[in-house]
Amino acid sequence: MPSQISAAKPVIKCTSVYKVFGENAKKLLSQSNGHVDAKIFKDSGCVVGVNNASFEVFEGEILVVMGLSGSGKSTLLRCISRLTDTTAGDIFIDGQDLLAMTPKQLIELRRNKMGMVFQSFGLLPHKTVLENIAFPLQVKGKSTEESMTRALEMVELVGLDGRENYFPRQLSGGQQQRVGIARSLAVEPDIWFLDEPFSALDPLIRKEMQDEFLRLQGVLNKTILFVTHDFNEALRLADRIAIMKDGVIEQLDTPANIVLCPATEYVRKFTEEVPREKVLKIESVMEPAVHASMLGPLQVSKDAIIFTVAEAVLTEAKHVAVVDGLGHIVGSVHASKIIHMLFGNANTTDDNL
Amino acid sequence: MAFVNKHFKTLQILVLLMFFCMLCLLVTPDETNILWRFPALFAGFPGAINGFAEHLMYDWFPVEVYDSDLEEYETSALIRELTRGFSGGVLFCIQFVREILLGGVKTIVAFTSWDFVGDNKWAVWPALPWTVVLGGTILLGYALKGKLLALLAGITTSYIAIFGQWEPAMETLSFVLIAAPVSCLLGLFFGAVAYKSKTAETILMPLLNVAQTMPHFSYLIPVMVFFGVGDHAGAIATIIFATPPMIRLTLLGLKRVSPEVVEAGSMSGCSNSQMMLKVLIPTARRDILIGTNQVIMQCLAMAVIASFIGAKGLGFNLLLALNQLRIGQALELGICIVLIAVVLDKLSLAWANKQTDYFADSSYFQRHKYGIIFLIFMATCVILTFVGKIIFGGFINYFYLIPHNQGITTEPFWQAGVDWMVENWYHGLQTFNNWLIIDVLMPMKAAYLGMPVSATFVLVMGIGYIIGGWRSALIVGGFLLFIAFTEWWDRALITAYMTSFAVIVSAVIGVIVGSLCAQNRFASKMILIVCDTLQTFPSFIYLIPVIMLFGVTDTSVLIAVVVYATIPATRYTVEGLRSVPATLQDAGSMSGVNKFQRWVNIEMPLAFPHIMLGINQTVVFALFMVIIGAMIGTDDLGQYILKALSDKNGIGNGLMLGLCVAFIGLAVDHLIRTWADQKKIALGMT
Repeated sequence: MPSQISAAKPVIKCTSVYKVFGENAKKLLSQSNGHVDAKIFKDSGCVVGVNNASFEVFEGEILVVMGLSGSGKSTLLRCISRLTDTTAGDIFIDGQDLLAMTPKQLIELRRNKMGMVFQSFGLLPHKTVLENIAFPLQVKGKSTEESMTRALEMVELVGLDGRENYFPRQLSGGQQQRVGIARSLAVEPDIWFLDEPFSALDPLIRKEMQDEFLRLQGVLNKTILFVTHDFNEALRLADRIAIMKDGVIEQLDTPANIVLCPATEYVRKFTEEVPREKVLKIESVMEPAVHASMLGPLQVSKDAIIFTVAEAVLTEAKHVAVVDGLGHIVGSVHASKIIHMLFGNANTTDDNL
Repeated sequence: MAFVNKHFKTLQILVLLMFFCMLCLLVTPDETNILWRFPALFAGFPGAINGFAEHLMYDWFPVEVYDSDLEEYETSALIRELTRGFSGGVLFCIQFVREILLGGVKTIVAFTSWDFVGDNKWAVWPALPWTVVLGGTILLGYALKGKLLALLAGITTSYIAIFGQWEPAMETLSFVLIAAPVSCLLGLFFGAVAYKSKTAETILMPLLNVAQTMPHFSYLIPVMVFFGVGDHAGAIATIIFATPPMIRLTLLGLKRVSPEVVEAGSMSGCSNSQMMLKVLIPTARRDILIGTNQVIMQCLAMAVIASFIGAKGLGFNLLLALNQLRIGQALELGICIVLIAVVLDKLSLAWANKQTDYFADSSYFQRHKYGIIFLIFMATCVILTFVGKIIFGGFINYFYLIPHNQGITTEPFWQAGVDWMVENWYHGLQTFNNWLIIDVLMPMKAAYLGMPVSATFVLVMGIGYIIGGWRSALIVGGFLLFIAFTEWWDRALITAYMTSFAVIVSAVIGVIVGSLCAQNRFASKMILIVCDTLQTFPSFIYLIPVIMLFGVTDTSVLIAVVVYATIPATRYTVEGLRSVPATLQDAGSMSGVNKFQRWVNIEMPLAFPHIMLGINQTVVFALFMVIIGAMIGTDDLGQYILKALSDKNGIGNGLMLGLCVAFIGLAVDHLIRTWADQKKIALGMT
C-alpha cells in the first residue's frame, strides 16, 4: 500500500508544524531555533501542544493520530482544520497554503472540502436531525428543498430513517454521532476530520460504529484524519498510524510496522498487549513464492488479517498461495509460520523478519 | 504560637472589634472633628452635574432646526433635538399599541392628516372588544402550554375586565409590550458584543454592576431631564432598568455554549453573522429566555415606579390609591399587576420550553389551526359586540369595553376589613409596633448614627482585609469614601441600619424556613414554587398589605422589606442544601448521623457558600425595598431621592444619591462574593 500512495499527490501536507499556547509563544519559539523542549517552555508559562509535526496524508488514506489525553492529537487536528491558529510551520491542503488563507477563503474551503465529526457530537440542540444535517448546506446558501433532499439521503446513508424529526436530546449517543457523521458528510467533502468520534460511546456501540465507519469509507473513499486515544481502534481502522506523545509524533507507520518494529520505548508499551494475529496481515508473514508444485489448492489474499484465515491455513499441509487484489500469486505462507507467529516468542519473530 | 496559627482569623476579628470599640468610645461627636464625620468634599458635585446636564441639553452643539408650527428655523441644542426625536418615536410606538387595544385616532392621523380624520367620521380605530383579547390570551396559553395556562390567562383577562381595570391595564400593557422587546433586543446586542470583545466586556461589567444596584428612583431623574415626562419617559426608564439583566444573561448563555458546537459551526462554514444568529444565540436559548423573563418582571415592577414620571396605567392608579389610603382599590390594582406579571412570565417561559413540532406532513388547516380559530373567534366577538350595543342600548356596552371603575369592586369589603382590623387588632398591633420602634429600631438607629466615621472605616476595611486582603480592603474603602465625602453620610447610615435590620431578620427566617423545607423533597419543591411566584410580584405590591395592618410607619416599611428580602434567602438555602451531593449524604447516613447532625456537619458547611450568595441577593433586595419604602415616609437616602425627583435641579442630587445606594450594595456584594468564591475553591466546588 505505501508504494501505491507515495505516487499520489498528498492531500494534506504539514511541514514543521508547531502549536504553542501562551502569551509570548511566538517569541519563545523563534528563540528556540527549532529545538523545542516542553519543560523549558512550561517554565516560561507556555504549553507545547504540537511539536514539529511533519507528515503527509494521501488521497483515500485513513491516517489515525493516536495518543493519550494531553498528547496534542486534537490540537494537531485543529491546526489542520484551522480551528486554532498554528504558531509556526506550513500546512498545505491540496497544494493550497492553508495558513495564508483569508477568512473568506477559509469559509469557502470548509463549506466545500472539509467535514468534521466531534467527540461530544457538537449538534445544535434546537434543530432536528434533519435540520442539523442540512445545516452546512443551508449555511452555504442552498435552497431549503435541495438541502432537505440531500439531508434525507444522508439520513438513509447513516441508517437513521424514521428519526429525521427527532431532536438530538431524544437520541442515544450512537445515534447522535450518526447525525454528526451525516452532517459532516452532507457537503460531500474531500477531507474528513474525525476527533475521537467514538470515544464517548459504549464499547459495543463503538464496535458497531467502527464497522459503520469502515463501510462508509468503503463507499465514499475520503481522505481521512482520525484522532483517537484507543490503540486498538487505531489498529482496526488505520492505513497508517501516527503515535503522539507530548506534542511529538513518536512514530508514523502502518499498523503492522508499528506492532512489529516499535520505534521508541513509548510505542513499544502500547504494542505489548496487542495480539499480533489480529493486527498483522498475511503480507507481513509472507515468504517468496515457492514452486507451484508445493502449493496447495487454497489461496489467501495478502491483505487478509492473519487471524481470519489462520484456521484455513493451519489445516493445509502444503504451502498456501498468497494473492494480490488481481489474483496474481505474490508469495506463499506455510502453516508453521503461522504457528510460530501465534505461539512463538515475539522477539524471535522480529529477528526473523 | 500554635494557638495563634490555629485561631488566626478569630484573633484578627477580635483585634478589629477592639479597635472599632475604642474608636467609638474615644472619638468625640463633633461636626468639626474629622474622625467623627468627614467633610463633605463632594458637596459641589450635584451642582456640577446639574450644570453639565443643562449645558448638554440647552447649549452644547447648537443646530438649526425647522419648526413646522412657526414655519421658520430656530436654534436648538443637538442633544435636545435627539432626545426629542427619540421620545417622539417611543411615544408613537406606545400610542400605536395602545390604540390597537383601546382604539383612538392619533396614529391614524400620523399616516393621514387631521383634516382627513375630521372629514371622515369612520376614520376611527375601534378598540378591540375585551372578549377578543380574552379569547386571544386563552388560545395563546393553550397553544404554548396547555389547559392550565389557558385557564390562568383566561382568569386574568376576565378579572381585569370584570373589575373595571381594563383601560389602565391595557395602558400598562401597551408600554410593557414596547419596553420589553426593546430591552430584549438591546440586551441581546450588548451581550453579543461583550461575548465577541473582551474589551467591551471589561467596560460593560462594572457599568452593569452599578446599574443593577442603583435604586429604581435614581433612573427616573436623568430620564426626566433628558426626555421629559410621560409614557415615553416611563418606557425609557424601564428599558434602561430592564436591559442590564438581559445583557448579563445573554453573555452567560453565550459563554456556556459548548466549544464543540462553535467548532461544528465553523467547520460547517458559518460566517460571523451566521455563527451568531444561527448557532450561538439559538444554542444559548435557555439562558437568554430567562433573561427575557427577567425583563418582563422588571417592566412590571417599573410600571408603578415609572408612574412618578407620568406613565399612565395601573401603576399610576395604584400610586393614587395608596396615597389616598384606599386599601381595597390598591389591592385590586395590585392583584391586576401581579396577575399580568404572572401570566406574561408563564407565557414567556412556556414559549421558551416549547418544542417545535416538525412532523411535517400536516395540512394547511393543521398548521394554521390556532390562527384560524382566533379569526373565527374574533368575528364572533365582533358580532357579539354589536349585539351588545343593541341589548345595552345607550348604556355601557359590557361586551365591548368596560370603562374604568364601572366593573365590580370589592373595595367596600376590604375597607370594612381594614376598619374591623383597626377596631379589633388595634391594641395588639400598636403594642407590637411601639415595642419594635422604641425597644429595637430606635436604639439600633442611634447606635448606627453614633458611630464615628473613622470607626466605620476601620470596621469595614478591616473585614475587607480579613476576607480578601488589601485589594478588598481598598475596594470597599473606596466605595465608602465616596459616600463619606457626600453630605448624606447620616442618611446613608440610616439606610444601612434599616437594611441591616431587614437582612438579619430575613436571613434568620430564610435559613430556618429553607432548612426545614429542604428536609423533604416535596416541601422543597413547594417552597421553590412559592418563591418563584412571590418573586414575580413587583416590589411595590408588598407595601399594600402592611400599610393595611400597620398604617404609615417605619414598621410597615421594614416588614415589607423583610417579606420581600426573605425570598432569595429561602430560595438559596433550599437550593444549596438540596444540591449537597448524594454520595456525601450516603456517607453521612453510613456514619450514623441524625437529622440535626447531618444539617450541622454535612449540609450546612457545603451549602454555606451558596446560602451566602442568597444573603447577598437579600441585601440587594432589601436595599431596593428600603428605598422604595421612602414612598411611605422614611428619613434615609430614599427620601432624598424622592425629593430630588420633584426638584427642578434634581438630576445631580438624584444621581449622587443613587450612586451612594449602589455603592453600599456593591461593597457588601464584593465582600460576600469574595468570601463565597474562596470558600467554594476551598471546598473544591468550582
